Amino acid sequence: MISARGALLALGLLSVCTVPTVAQDFGQGSSELGGFVGFETRVFFSGPAFVSQKAGRAQPSLMVQPELRHEWNDGLDRLTFIPYARLETTDRQRNHFDIREANWQRLGDDWDLRLGIGKVFWGVAESRHLVDIVNQSDLIEAPDGEDKLGQPMLNVNLLRDWGTVGLFVLPGFRDRTYPGWSGRLRDQFPTDVHNPAYEASGLARHMGIAARYSHFFGDWDVGVSYFHGTGREPRLPVTVDTGGRLVRRPTYDLIDQVGLDVQSTIDAWLLKLEAISRWGNGDPQFFASVAGLEYTLYDVWETGADIGLLAEYLYDDRNANAPAVSTDHDVFVAIRLTANDADDTDFLIGGTIDRLSGAMGIGIEASTRLDSHWTAELESNVTANVPFDDPMAGMRQDDFVLFRLLRYF
Amino acid sequence: MMFRTAIIATAVAVLAVPSDARAETPEEKGLRIAKEAEAFDAGFGDYTAKGEMTLRNKSGRESVRGFLSKTLEQVDDGDKSLMVFQRPADIRGTALLTHAHKTDDDDQWLYLPAMKRVKRISSSNRSGSFVGSEFSYEDLSSPEVEKYTYNWLREEPCPNQPDMTCHVTERFPTDTGSGYKKQMMWLDTETYRVVKIDYFDRKEAFLKTLLQTDYAVYKDRHWRPHTMEMVNHQTGKSTTMKWSDFQFGAGLSGSDFQPNRLKSVR
Repeated sequence: MISARGALLALGLLSVCTVPTVAQDFGQGSSELGGFVGFETRVFFSGPAFVSQKAGRAQPSLMVQPELRHEWNDGLDRLTFIPYARLETTDRQRNHFDIREANWQRLGDDWDLRLGIGKVFWGVAESRHLVDIVNQSDLIEAPDGEDKLGQPMLNVNLLRDWGTVGLFVLPGFRDRTYPGWSGRLRDQFPTDVHNPAYEASGLARHMGIAARYSHFFGDWDVGVSYFHGTGREPRLPVTVDTGGRLVRRPTYDLIDQVGLDVQSTIDAWLLKLEAISRWGNGDPQFFASVAGLEYTLYDVWETGADIGLLAEYLYDDRNANAPAVSTDHDVFVAIRLTANDADDTDFLIGGTIDRLSGAMGIGIEASTRLDSHWTAELESNVTANVPFDDPMAGMRQDDFVLFRLLRYF
Repeated sequence: MMFRTAIIATAVAVLAVPSDARAETPEEKGLRIAKEAEAFDAGFGDYTAKGEMTLRNKSGRESVRGFLSKTLEQVDDGDKSLMVFQRPADIRGTALLTHAHKTDDDDQWLYLPAMKRVKRISSSNRSGSFVGSEFSYEDLSSPEVEKYTYNWLREEPCPNQPDMTCHVTERFPTDTGSGYKKQMMWLDTETYRVVKIDYFDRKEAFLKTLLQTDYAVYKDRHWRPHTMEMVNHQTGKSTTMKWSDFQFGAGLSGSDFQPNRLKSVR
């Protein structure tokens, strides 16, 4: 709903703002159609834990993401339209549609502007994206939260010798997506996405603002960011829905967040830090950070392949009233294998261990190119030792391996 | 008469040449030529071009990479360059930004369009393969004079083009992270075109040969090869890089090469 409304808003603004300037040579621009269609199947190692979850171990689905771009004015103006849809029968919530991007971009000499639905990424860490706050997580896509919903925005970036200042007006709050009753990889009590609660109403709920300063100083890349608006991360109190069933009700607070991300790149070493302080999300104020390093061994045994060794420490001092996270005192270690072959084959295996509870999650991601149009991907997620009070507790029987074929065009 | 002229000519030559030779060792001559070559191409300003790389393995299987390239000349530092991939489709929009430096490691950022993520990457892996090809990062980075020491060997007819004369010069990377102990370079004496380079690995074994052909001249003095053929003698793999659509004076500026601009390239 909101995404459709956002798209209309964006297109409306677009037509008002740009008609005079674009009219002349819009027609002489160049258009490009790209994107992909994909097929994937999750195969769970065990049957479901909860009765309402669909029986069976395979969860197949289809994805399609066309990407349409039109450039004119020597590439200084560009319209981008990227819708996304997933079709599947296992989990009705996962049968969904979103507009990932629908925006107009204008490049100036030392500034640029984006208006419409877009996507922004901030941060440097691998195991957790703390600083990244502009786009809502499309959690139904994958439990790692790396997929994002399109966010309506007006974004102006000022590129100066002393760094880049990005300013964002973010109208239109997007609710986080969650698996439904029949879906896997959810909490024991499903999230009642149809009945969310918000601290703020009207304009205050929907209008977020953000700013970011970023620059590089020799080997150092630094970003400082600020966000005010309805927080992307909801609290999930257990309540009773109209049908008398226990559910989790997403409750979104009005928050302020300051973020810092730093990376230092020294020879084969990358040193990374992300830190946030957040106000108003259940806890009056809390602090969280990810600090780590990555070391790459090049051309291992003269095969041309690289091995990256990653280690990160995750810290979070939020209290029990804030949205629950399992990454409070955790250690993340991973190995990344990059074959550097003609098919861009890579493989990553990583584990996160809670230093206090011993809860453990292991993830695998691998991909390779089959020919100039097809790629194959493999993912796996396994948990162990998860205590009953951990937010991941509902997923204890949801260890899976996923195969994905993507056809790019 | 003829005889006497010859003697005088010889005497003049004997007097003139040794004084030159005393002043310049082969090392100095190699360095001087490298500097002349750099000065000859200086002032190109900026250019854009289209590139297409065909990777070929031993059994002849091919895969193709297509990209757009932008280069901005820097007077007091290494050049800035940007490569945006168009093919294969799954990496379309992936971009590599390089701020080269004369002696320090280059600064490099990689843009991953699916995540909208700009990643600063280590450039210490100079010897690593560039996107699976037989070109390494250092083969493609701007050949700053300061990155090598030189040893001029001789002049001879250019390989594949006997009507031209080439300087044959050895150059030795000063960076210990280089994949090479030595490179043997054929550079034509008139316009400083690099015609051929033989690469020798750290163990001084013959590794690769680069042949650069189909040269065209832009803005009267800037020669660019339209075909670069790299053959790896140790693995039998090869990569052909075809360049086209050179546009000098494209009006590029520093802001086109800022890491924060990567999000808007395509």
